[in-house]
Amino acid sequence: MTSASVVGLVSESSAIPASSQSEYVLEVVNVRKEFPGVVALDDVQLKVRPGTVHALMGENGAGKSTLMKIIAGIYQPDQGEVRLHGKPLKLETPLMAQEAGIAMIHQELLLMNQMTVAENIWIRREPKNSFGLVDHDEMNRMTLELFERLNIQLDPEVEIGELTVANRQMVEIAKAVSFNSDVLIMDEPTSAITETEVAHLFEIIRGLRERGIGIVYITHKMNELFEIADEFSVFRDGQYIATHLSTDVTRDDIIRMMVGRDVTQMFPKEEVEIGDVVLSVKDLTLDGVFSDISFDVRAGEILGFAGLVGSGRSNVAEALFGVTPADRGSISILGEEVKIANPHDAILQGMAFLTEDRKETGCFLPLDIQENVQSAVLHENFVNGGFVSEAELAVKSEEMCKKLRVKTPNMEETIENLSGGNQQKVLIARWLLTHPRILILDEPTRGIDVGAKAEIHTLITQLAHKGVAVIMISSELPEVLGMSDRVLVMHDGRITGIVDREQADQVTIMNLAAQ
Amino acid sequence: MTTTTSSPSVAGNEPQAPKVTKKKLPAEVSIFLVLLGISVLFEVLGWFLVGQSFLANMSRLQIIILQVSVIGIIAVGVTQVIITGGIDLSSGSVVAMSAMIAATFAQSSDWPKIIHPSLVDLPFIIPIVVGLLVGALAGFINGWLITKTKIPPFIATLGMMVSARGVARWYTDGSPVSGFTDSFALLGNGLDRWMPVVVFLFVAAFFHVVMRYTRFGKFTYAIGANPQAARVSGINIDAHLIKVYMIAGLLAGLAAMVAIARIKTAQAGMGLMYELDAIAAAVIGGVSLSGGRGRITGTVIGALILGVMLSGFTFLRIDAYYQDIIKGAIIVAAVVVDMHRQNKRKKTT
Repeated sequence: MTSASVVGLVSESSAIPASSQSEYVLEVVNVRKEFPGVVALDDVQLKVRPGTVHALMGENGAGKSTLMKIIAGIYQPDQGEVRLHGKPLKLETPLMAQEAGIAMIHQELLLMNQMTVAENIWIRREPKNSFGLVDHDEMNRMTLELFERLNIQLDPEVEIGELTVANRQMVEIAKAVSFNSDVLIMDEPTSAITETEVAHLFEIIRGLRERGIGIVYITHKMNELFEIADEFSVFRDGQYIATHLSTDVTRDDIIRMMVGRDVTQMFPKEEVEIGDVVLSVKDLTLDGVFSDISFDVRAGEILGFAGLVGSGRSNVAEALFGVTPADRGSISILGEEVKIANPHDAILQGMAFLTEDRKETGCFLPLDIQENVQSAVLHENFVNGGFVSEAELAVKSEEMCKKLRVKTPNMEETIENLSGGNQQKVLIARWLLTHPRILILDEPTRGIDVGAKAEIHTLITQLAHKGVAVIMISSELPEVLGMSDRVLVMHDGRITGIVDREQADQVTIMNLAAQ
Repeated sequence: MTTTTSSPSVAGNEPQAPKVTKKKLPAEVSIFLVLLGISVLFEVLGWFLVGQSFLANMSRLQIIILQVSVIGIIAVGVTQVIITGGIDLSSGSVVAMSAMIAATFAQSSDWPKIIHPSLVDLPFIIPIVVGLLVGALAGFINGWLITKTKIPPFIATLGMMVSARGVARWYTDGSPVSGFTDSFALLGNGLDRWMPVVVFLFVAAFFHVVMRYTRFGKFTYAIGANPQAARVSGINIDAHLIKVYMIAGLLAGLAAMVAIARIKTAQAGMGLMYELDAIAAAVIGGVSLSGGRGRITGTVIGALILGVMLSGFTFLRIDAYYQDIIKGAIIVAAVVVDMHRQNKRKKTT
């Protein structure tokens, strides 16, 4: 551990005491946290054993993030305390938590993009040469040593901005380990990385577990819970519900604990009469990204798009909608070939596109719900001589939001203040207002809690019922299998198969997707 | 939909703490209160320090609002640019360029120093149209550079700021242009000298309506709030941005016409730092430099605050150096307040 000695920041408390007076590395005891008008956490607890992965489960708004931020020293609890190895901690800043041995890997990675991997890891703790200047060679050597222990293959001198999300996460993990942390908090670490990267991440997490680190792992994905977590705690509406071994429960048990009721129909698939071909795609190619994509979608049909992240699924959707038009190939709607050079053309052809990334390409964060709903419909409707028919538009928008059960006090609420699920519903309302005949949904339920998920699934089925042709891209196989009439599988920019609902199962799809 | 009746939705989350839904006051109201506060402060200080009223003086109020008019017209355009998430540093120079070129079409034949001897005593509409076109052309070049070459608005308009000033000097070799026709001069002195104010208020009202009630305005906000989402919503961002920069240029041209008609001469050095005053008016008026947020009414009040301060300092016989120092501090303070407001919004979740 030369790197640790160079750092010189290993606090006494961070080494696990030989005769541990507590069987838990981290304890949260009776913590309460209020924000103006809301009790975010009400007398909650959490006990994490060293050398285990402890998952935090709960719907959005359950209080997971608040709890996490208290553990990481970002918020201070109103009541109760956080204990490390049985000793109460008073954390006033994230830095104090870090130095005490609690590291957090944020969902939005907090690295400096213009600096190198090594500089990011050792910032504030840079090794100095005899002139008192930063010793880059030593720093790179320390980084490589750290990477070797963690089985990470990265060049310490490359800039963070050039790395993939998964690799940035590796750097964050390495940084956390370099502090000799006893507790590592990971907030939905797999939400933006590919399946192979997930496998690698899990390997690293298992390695950390063997080193005796207690890992708090926040996730929405059930499969991950069973794959990586030893124990889990469930939260609901700011309350602590229960802690169990992950081998003791079933998926349904957990959902019941999370929502406080039975979710009977996760995927309310209905038999819908399938109509004529609405969208027909022939040999669509975007050089270097995808090639020879051909498929049809019929009225009332839900065509699922499966494949690993990076297989080109979203790129095909973006090409169809004119965000990045394809180089070659044809798109026909109701039998007529159409030219779609930009999203405006696509909208006029009756297409709608719910993008993958709500924050980046979906929401107008500073604007209110009304303004978020109206942006796509104003091309053709509710406009008279350039003037917007405010009253009519407001009524129709509110109706749509009510129908989709957007939870908000009023339409003037800034969308930034809504939960992920409600933001997604607002964006869906935006597109439904245009009355599309072709609806492209890219990860429609990503990062959304179970209840809202089921609502969105019901809604998609309803739309199919009304004869809308739906393309649904999703990384969650159960969702694709549960919702689709047919599943189109992509790998490396090509279609590797189109499977009917009856033949589609996890194994078939994964085989096609991974080739 | 049989399943929706027993839909698993809301039940679990319903007992949420009732959100306080009191209507927030629009930012303009608080800015207006600041304007009132400053006016009252000067009034009180006036009685104590100078022994006279600050507000009960019609000619002072007229001067304030006349001075505000030119900056105000520019600020209405700059506000729209800032709402798209951009910036326009070229307004002051574009004022000079439009003024110099248009002025040469506004001369009367009985003036000794004529630039284009064949173009005298033209109807007043000709120089006005020329001025507006020159401004709009500068704006078009700004917008074109920003959208087609993808350079940041700061750089594109910085370039225009330098070049337009050069054109203004080159056009008449640096000599000022005077001797306007009476009809042209009315633009600055008509309606019993209130014409600039009338133009300003008309422009402000017109674009207030555009920004709030037309598709064009709504798209402007959308682009500033999130250009990528705007694109996916089918908005032609490039075309829209070019139009917005053209409006900003056009209004700079209009401001130039009003200014030279009022002071009866055009000089290549005029309009210096106007762009900064216009940006300051917008920012003081609550227009967010990060885009997507702000209103024309805010900018109008912001411009009035600047005008009242300037006049008030002169009234209190505060040295011009101090005036600039305080003005700078106020601009910074306005942005600090804006940031504070934005952070507070985010924390309400």
